[in-house]
Amino acid sequence: MTSLTARSAQARLALPGRAPAVVRAPRVYSGLPRWLMLPAAAGAALVLFPLVAMGARVDWAEFGQLVASESSLAALALSLQTSATTTVVCLVLGVPLALVLARAQFRGQQLLRSLVLLPLVLPPVVGGIALLYTFGRQGLLGSSLELLGIQVAFSTVAVVLAQTFVALPFLVLSLEGTLRTFGQRYELVAATLGAGPSVVLAKVTLPLVLPGLASAAVLSFARALGEFGATITFAGSLQGVTRTLPLEIFLQRVDDPDAAIALSLVLVVVAVVVTAVTSRISNWAIR
Amino acid sequence: MSLAFTAELAERGFEAQIEVRPGERVAVLGHNGSGKSTLLNLLAGTLRPDSGKAVLSGRTLFHLGSRTNRWLPPHARGISLLAQDALLFPHLSVIDNVAFGPRAKGASKAEAHQGAERWLAEVGVADLAGRRPGQLSGGQAQRVAIARALAADPKLLLLDEPMAALDVAVAPLLRRVLRRVLNGRATMMVTHDLLDAMLLSDRIIVMERGQVAESGPTEEVLRHPRTRFTARIAGLNLIRGHYREGAVYDDTGLSVEGAVKEGESLADGALAAAVFAPSGVSIFLEPPAGSPRNNLSVRVAELEPLGDLVRVRSDDHHGHILAADVTARSVAALDLYPGREVTYSIKAAAVTLFPL
Repeated sequence: MTSLTARSAQARLALPGRAPAVVRAPRVYSGLPRWLMLPAAAGAALVLFPLVAMGARVDWAEFGQLVASESSLAALALSLQTSATTTVVCLVLGVPLALVLARAQFRGQQLLRSLVLLPLVLPPVVGGIALLYTFGRQGLLGSSLELLGIQVAFSTVAVVLAQTFVALPFLVLSLEGTLRTFGQRYELVAATLGAGPSVVLAKVTLPLVLPGLASAAVLSFARALGEFGATITFAGSLQGVTRTLPLEIFLQRVDDPDAAIALSLVLVVVAVVVTAVTSRISNWAIR
Repeated sequence: MSLAFTAELAERGFEAQIEVRPGERVAVLGHNGSGKSTLLNLLAGTLRPDSGKAVLSGRTLFHLGSRTNRWLPPHARGISLLAQDALLFPHLSVIDNVAFGPRAKGASKAEAHQGAERWLAEVGVADLAGRRPGQLSGGQAQRVAIARALAADPKLLLLDEPMAALDVAVAPLLRRVLRRVLNGRATMMVTHDLLDAMLLSDRIIVMERGQVAESGPTEEVLRHPRTRFTARIAGLNLIRGHYREGAVYDDTGLSVEGAVKEGESLADGALAAAVFAPSGVSIFLEPPAGSPRNNLSVRVAELEPLGDLVRVRSDDHHGHILAADVTARSVAALDLYPGREVTYSIKAAAVTLFPL
């Protein structure tokens, strides 16, 4: 039905004897008070102006050189590599977690949901400290891992752990919402047709939420790419090992402001692409 | 199919016992919230009762008690559910939807598609095999849903008001399809529709507040309803009370004389019902003097056109709503309007009395 109305909104009407005309959707009375536009515009400006201001300061002549410096490229490569890994880890752990939270019934479910979502409201630095006392040399698990010769803190693995810690709730929250919107009706129909739980998961549940899952994955990728606080606390800032793009920008900010601005612009472009992709995915899902 | 079912679910106030004999198609009637859907969900296995036991054709679906804890999950029961909404999987084509059941049970793709094509032809939508569910009308989608449910070869097919969401114009065609494909198949259908009950069931079960209020062969239940709900569905007037000397007296003092149903006998003081059709009621402005008929003084509540006739529903001041069918001409001659006090007059011979 949605597709039908969407199509008819911009349908081409071919009236006899007339050239086909594009019909625009009719304007519907919004019912908003006019003064509301002022704070709304201020809000939009607050987001836009800093970006414009930064764009104005970019040294375009040197841009290529600034972005392509050895430390910048190392940071960019590390960021893409760790964020991609984080996205995979988030999918492997987050999809089951979202399914359990959305579908299963058990004691303490509400508590588990609050705990999983905690990193959303927690300052990332605090998350970094918590991770340090878990996986650090003297940490809860870290001391045992140390005996096995595995050192997690201040390694690339630590970067992925820190990013997963902050990005996982994004994926879980968004996927759980999608799962709840669809409800269990299709899954129950599939079960009464003789499909066991694993078949239902593979053939019905996951295909149904695929668009939601894709945009959730893109969101967690973006969150991982921007991760700073937990990374610098738990993983440190070693070039090529743990110094991701946000850390590089933070360090360059003092020594070489032009490089910091150029790299920031790279992240802005990535963010814009991510936003475009997610909205494209959700449009596709509606259709 | 034969079914022996008892289940309790305290949270929904559900406590019912149902027996279905081999080969019987069942219609489940009842108000909203009477427990009809709970019954279907308990059978399908999408809901688990607190306790109870269900055996379908010799196979135990669940047996939950203080010592036993047996429960088959939905996919192992061989019971398909057809709901109001077609609920076709939106990411699969029509033919893949119908092939879903056989595929889930391990049939090869070619095999499943072959069966699916046959079922699509059976319900008259073979030409839609390649479409997506989003491109179907409501009636088409429901036909595909029927094909999908039957392709899974269920031992019992549950239908939850399968025609409720369809256009008035589409329902009769779908009813014909159902009548053909459900013939000789074990089904249990929740419905609000008299026609569905008459055409698609051999036995009627009436649910009320989570319990079975009435159960019996379709024709018998519709002709001699024991609950007001069934009487309304069947379009009959029902008065429940105690039998005394050829009449049923209800506790408001109302009495209706009638003839005891053939083959039944009633003793004085026994619980009994009096049933009469709206067509057997005549309306007078004043109680007719010296007639051997039942005269009930009522107040007209509403008038509803019914073909050539007008159905007059009236309140007898004691909570009974009684219907009478009269011609439009008599409505005009008697000047009937809501609120008018009139007398319903019914020949004793038109009233059937039977024990409850």
